Amino acid sequence: MPKPRTTAGIIAALLIGGAVAVFAVVWRPAISATEPPAPQSFDANLVKRGRDLAAIGNCNDCHTVRGGKAFAGGLPVPTPFGTIYSSNITPDPETGIGRWSEAAFLRAMRSGVDRAGRHLYPTFPYDHFINVSDEDDRALYAFLMTRPAVHAPAHANDLAFPLNQRFVVAGWKLLFLRHGTYQQDAAQGAEWNRGAYLVEGLAHCGACHTPRNALGAERASASFSGGDVDNWHAYAINARSPAPVPWDTDALFRYLRQGWHPDHGVARGPMAEVVSNLSSVPESDVHAIAAYMASVFGPPTQDHLRQASDVRAQIKSPPLELSPTHAAGASIYSAACASCHETGRPLPYGGVNLGLSTALSAPDPRNAANIVLSGIRPVEGERSPIMPGFASSMTDQQVAALLDYLRSRFSNQPPWNGVEKAVQDARLTQTVFVQTSAGPQNAPADPTQRDKP
Amino acid sequence: MMTLKVNGHDHQIDADPDTPLLYVLRDDIKLNAAKFGCGLGQCGACTVIVDGKAVLSCVTPLLLLEGKQVTTLEGLGTIDAPAPIQRAFMEEQAAQCGYCIAGMMMRAQALLQKNPKPTDAQIRAELEPHLCRCGTHMRILRAVHRAARLMDTAELSSTTQAIVHGSAP
Repeated sequence: MPKPRTTAGIIAALLIGGAVAVFAVVWRPAISATEPPAPQSFDANLVKRGRDLAAIGNCNDCHTVRGGKAFAGGLPVPTPFGTIYSSNITPDPETGIGRWSEAAFLRAMRSGVDRAGRHLYPTFPYDHFINVSDEDDRALYAFLMTRPAVHAPAHANDLAFPLNQRFVVAGWKLLFLRHGTYQQDAAQGAEWNRGAYLVEGLAHCGACHTPRNALGAERASASFSGGDVDNWHAYAINARSPAPVPWDTDALFRYLRQGWHPDHGVARGPMAEVVSNLSSVPESDVHAIAAYMASVFGPPTQDHLRQASDVRAQIKSPPLELSPTHAAGASIYSAACASCHETGRPLPYGGVNLGLSTALSAPDPRNAANIVLSGIRPVEGERSPIMPGFASSMTDQQVAALLDYLRSRFSNQPPWNGVEKAVQDARLTQTVFVQTSAGPQNAPADPTQRDKP
Repeated sequence: MMTLKVNGHDHQIDADPDTPLLYVLRDDIKLNAAKFGCGLGQCGACTVIVDGKAVLSCVTPLLLLEGKQVTTLEGLGTIDAPAPIQRAFMEEQAAQCGYCIAGMMMRAQALLQKNPKPTDAQIRAELEPHLCRCGTHMRILRAVHRAARLMDTAELSSTTQAIVHGSAP
């Protein structure tokens, strides 16, 4: 049996060792503040490339609040742990990143640590940005540092103890922040590799489309199996996709580029902002994303192809008999919805035939409820898809009756549970979403159409 | 046969339950203020108030209106005694061709009922679903501000208010 003094010594050594280890995990040095670099000091081509990369990264979506200045932050991001407010990434020296050196910016992108050495919450998706090349980070820095500086102090986060202590994030990173989640694959072509680099890195598609574990980290084993964002369901974008017609490279490209596809409908909710950004970047990058994602979806099964041809046949000859159990919903549909969704007017100004709707084949009714209540807002100053919302004219029961009917008529999936509760939730959360989200800046429609009647 | 409450009066309507409210208002009850613009809920010309909220009557079927109170522009005021919103639109000469104006007034009225002093930005956001081809937007904005002031100085007659809020006159 060791002597008491030896035991005390071992305990002391363990404590000190532990403290050193914790310190090493948690502590990050401040990087000294620099004078804000003059906008002219950046190469114009670098800034331009940074602009495109920022659009691919969808930076403006989280870092801009409705009615606010671009990149000035302040958007509330609801999470299961509390509400986190996005930060000001304009070059304002006091409240933005004006005093951040390029090295400080690169460290933030790589490891989620701000200039002062504080750990950033992983709502900032550095688990993806860790994959972004130094070269691209430098272009992003050049772009952001040449934006108008906006004085906008950070909004305090609404997090409970202990999550409001930033050292907790260091533990999260120890568990979940991994280098090398993306690697080049020599067996694939250059376009596929470019797509993989963008999707797994800057575009951070998995941040919404991959389900998260109890600690809010993406479940690597369920990549792209469908996740949640702002009370929307981000659909599975792999073999488990609920889309009635299988996706392929061409459809993905057109959807991501234009914001809609005749076989799949219109991007809305948070995805509307993504496609709005993608309408403005080099076509080759959008095509690369589409090519890579098509391989993630995988080739369609025979069953899926059969379902697609069934749907197409049904669209040509809609059923005349209406199920009596859904009489109320059927009447609402024929009076309020069919005038756009069943006239065959082409997208994006006509409504998609609901047999093609992914929302109605989705695992839960959230997206369908959101869209019935809020509609699709037109983009200011642009020709864009539009749908009136029905929040003011339908009660929760009426929307629920409509959704039950739509599910039974337009999907081969079993009925949803808890539809009325989903409608109540949608009514509450969509009000907030529509008020805070900046919304799409470009029309999510084919830009080549803009000058045509 | 269903009973439809419009501007405080009960109307017996003999129409299919999926008939749009706009058709019933114009064809059966002969209230022609609400206009048929696009028929797709995209232009706002058909807007009326249902239980205090602005609703696009061309995509609102009768069956959704069981037990609800519908208010049209005719229910707000008359030629002899125009409501504050109507007076304000006249005083600002906010109508050119006028086709969109009834809808604009109805949504503005619904806005002012829940927010008596809206900001310019709030009015713009609220009236976003309404199209006006003539381009009198600036006058419309002024008219809504003017209506807010008129209502604030208690020039709203008690009978008009009763109809708009849905209680019997």
